[in-house]
Amino acid sequence: MDAPHENSIQAHALVREFKKGPRAVDGIDLHVDPGEIYGFLGPNGAGKSTTVHMLTTLLPPTAGTATVAGYDVVKEGPRVRKVIGAALQEAALDPFLTGREHLRLQTTMHGITGEDRRLRSEELLTRVGLTEAADRKVKGYSGGMKRRLDLALALVHRPQVLFLDEPTTGLDVQSRTALWVEVGRLAKEEGVTVFLTTQYLEEADVLADRVGIIDHGRIVAEGTPEKLKAEIACSTVEAVPASPGQRGVLATVLERFGAQTTGYGPGSVAVQLSSSNGNLADIVRALDAEGVILSQLQIHEPTLDDVFLAKTGRHLEGAGDEEEQESEQIAQPASV
Amino acid sequence: MSDVLAVARGVSWRVLHMFFTSPAFLLPSLAFPLFFFTAFVGGLSRISQVPGFDFPSGYTAFQFVFVLLQSAAFAGVFTGFGIARDFESGFMRRLMLAAPNRSGILLGYVVSALVRWLTVASVVTVVALLAQMNIGGNGIDLFGLYALALLLNLAGTLWATGVAMRLRTQQAAPVMQMPVFLLLFFAPVYVPLGLLQGWIHAVASVNPITALLEAGRGFISGSPELTVAAFAIAVGLIAGFAAWAFRGLKRAEAAG
Amino acid sequence: MTATALTQTAALGGRAVIRTARQPANVIFPLVFPMLLFAVNAGGLKAATQLPGFPTDSFVAFALAVPFVQGALLATINANVEFARDIQTGFLNRLALTPVRGIVLLLGQLGGLMTIAVVQAVFYLAVGLAFGVRLESGFGGAAMLLLLEVVIALGFAALGSWAALRTGSTEAVQGLFPVFFVFLFLSSINMPRNLIEADWFRWIATINPVSYLIEAVRSLVIEGWNWEALGLGFAAAGGLSIVGFVLATHALWRRLERT
Repeated sequence: MDAPHENSIQAHALVREFKKGPRAVDGIDLHVDPGEIYGFLGPNGAGKSTTVHMLTTLLPPTAGTATVAGYDVVKEGPRVRKVIGAALQEAALDPFLTGREHLRLQTTMHGITGEDRRLRSEELLTRVGLTEAADRKVKGYSGGMKRRLDLALALVHRPQVLFLDEPTTGLDVQSRTALWVEVGRLAKEEGVTVFLTTQYLEEADVLADRVGIIDHGRIVAEGTPEKLKAEIACSTVEAVPASPGQRGVLATVLERFGAQTTGYGPGSVAVQLSSSNGNLADIVRALDAEGVILSQLQIHEPTLDDVFLAKTGRHLEGAGDEEEQESEQIAQPASV
Repeated sequence: MSDVLAVARGVSWRVLHMFFTSPAFLLPSLAFPLFFFTAFVGGLSRISQVPGFDFPSGYTAFQFVFVLLQSAAFAGVFTGFGIARDFESGFMRRLMLAAPNRSGILLGYVVSALVRWLTVASVVTVVALLAQMNIGGNGIDLFGLYALALLLNLAGTLWATGVAMRLRTQQAAPVMQMPVFLLLFFAPVYVPLGLLQGWIHAVASVNPITALLEAGRGFISGSPELTVAAFAIAVGLIAGFAAWAFRGLKRAEAAG
Repeated sequence: MTATALTQTAALGGRAVIRTARQPANVIFPLVFPMLLFAVNAGGLKAATQLPGFPTDSFVAFALAVPFVQGALLATINANVEFARDIQTGFLNRLALTPVRGIVLLLGQLGGLMTIAVVQAVFYLAVGLAFGVRLESGFGGAAMLLLLEVVIALGFAALGSWAALRTGSTEAVQGLFPVFFVFLFLSSINMPRNLIEADWFRWIATINPVSYLIEAVRSLVIEGWNWEALGLGFAAAGGLSIVGFVLATHALWRRLERT
């Protein structure tokens, strides 16, 4: 085991079962290095938030072990809480308090008092760009402002490890990008270890040093985004016939080079190329031989969704629509 | 006309279906009138021994009339809550889009409020009879009592409907409820008007509900009084609140 | 309790007060509604003072006790609805992720509610005095009344917090109001127990702890220093507080589940 106080995250065979329900987390092993941004990617109901709740000591694991910054999440819960910050899936703010009052309360809960409290609050308000709005009640904040305040609250006590549970869900592009910049800065400049859950491929791709893909409570793939995509090593060819009547012929020709896949533009045919079956030039020659005229031809490099598809047989986006149990179970554990 | 009735039938069926199949709606509607009846009759019956309290049918009947009228008025208010809820959920928009004649929507809510109250009134009546309430009036008197309550139910429904149509939010509940509550309680609730003193006597004397209460108590005791005034007031309230409700409907339509 | 825990409790209590103060409905309703009922009952039941054995010739003085109990009930229900909302929105989790001890989360909430109840009690007292009521127990009685109000509020607040923590549902906490309302009305709220005619009602009022709360407050207003009534009132309020606190603490441990 790493020496105490080193800000890594480790989990071994972590399990969480809910009464009368399936295993939300079904034996997870993971390791996050100090200062790393680890992206935990999966559809709704995959077990991401449950994992976060266990690692942040909000839920005891049913089985398995985990340490955060060297402290056992079960046996040393209070010590873990001293060194972590968390911005969970809900922004969890009081609409009747101002931003500054939130920070005042949070600093008090962390035992930061007096002038330190004031200075730290002002510093964080400046950092997240909420100084002007600090004395307005949160119910008047936009979604992006709430998320920024949420992040500021998580950083009040200078945590070594930061948990972000779907931090950019529902945000506009600008707010999302701003949050990414701040998270990246925290990891690179302050050495904070970041455990980030997301269902957005782009977020994991852009932000994470390493990605773990979770489905049905298990990690199905883990590695850097580039390594994971390289494992698939299959581009997708997407073509649109000039005449809709040629769509059938187009599909027949392309299927010689790989399996048809969905999720691309209307009227297009897309196949995921298998590595042994030719290249773009071969495809064009084959289409020409059959007299197929195209209006559009594109090559898509592998995405994390392709990785998910390869590992689970399903696309990541839309995969969790039928599994909404996780967030409900976490919200009301005492009633289960 | 057939459009109006068809819409009314649909709206009232939905409200009543929810009412009778959801304990969360049914039980409070039944429980509160019964509770007030029990608390007032059980806790305050000694009041009938105050000098000057000469109601011939006894305190149980005295309070039964108040509870009956209260339940009638509040059945209307609770229907208004439901209308506000329908606005917030977006269901009212669906109704307005579907209804060929939107007056039918109003009529549907009014009918459902009436049926709700009749259900409650039946239960309260049975309980009062089991509590050995004395009835001095005859069949016509009792018809008069229930007719008064029915008219008050209509008035309460139209009042609450008008508020709900204008404000279109469940936050409007106190606006619907408080005036009705005040009107009911600034009336001779515990003792006859003659035994009230001071400011409450002055207020109760001009309170329209007082006439309905006194008339109702007259009916149940077999000594009808203030009958014409009571019915005139009830009809006047209905006319006024009907206009209020219809104009509210127009406002809701204009708001989209 | 350490200085840090006290500071944290005060901060959480302060939040409960601020949150109430910033919602006009939660301020006005617990102040106005009891006063409304007070006015209605004081006016409508004045004739009851003519009954032989009625303990005072001022029904206003007799009825003044009720707002203290009713107001405490309303304020604590409203505030505990907000506590349930904290659970629903995840705000409780936010607090649970700090080093704050679990019991401080509960104590802060209860402390805030007791503060609100005292402010309300001062208002009711002022209204009573403005309507010509004079406390037979004098200035000391007013102080005792405020102390009693604190304990009464603690009892209702603890039970409401138990409901909030147990269910995490604002509707469930709001659903407590009619339950408490029933207890309020099936008591000696409008008539001294010895003058309640219906045996069954008198029996219910006798076993109902709310009767003793009202009678203790009432004794300070119309009798002076009735130590038996005060003792029973404090015992009832204390009993409710202990039961509520134990239940709420247990519910808190189950709700937090944190390690």
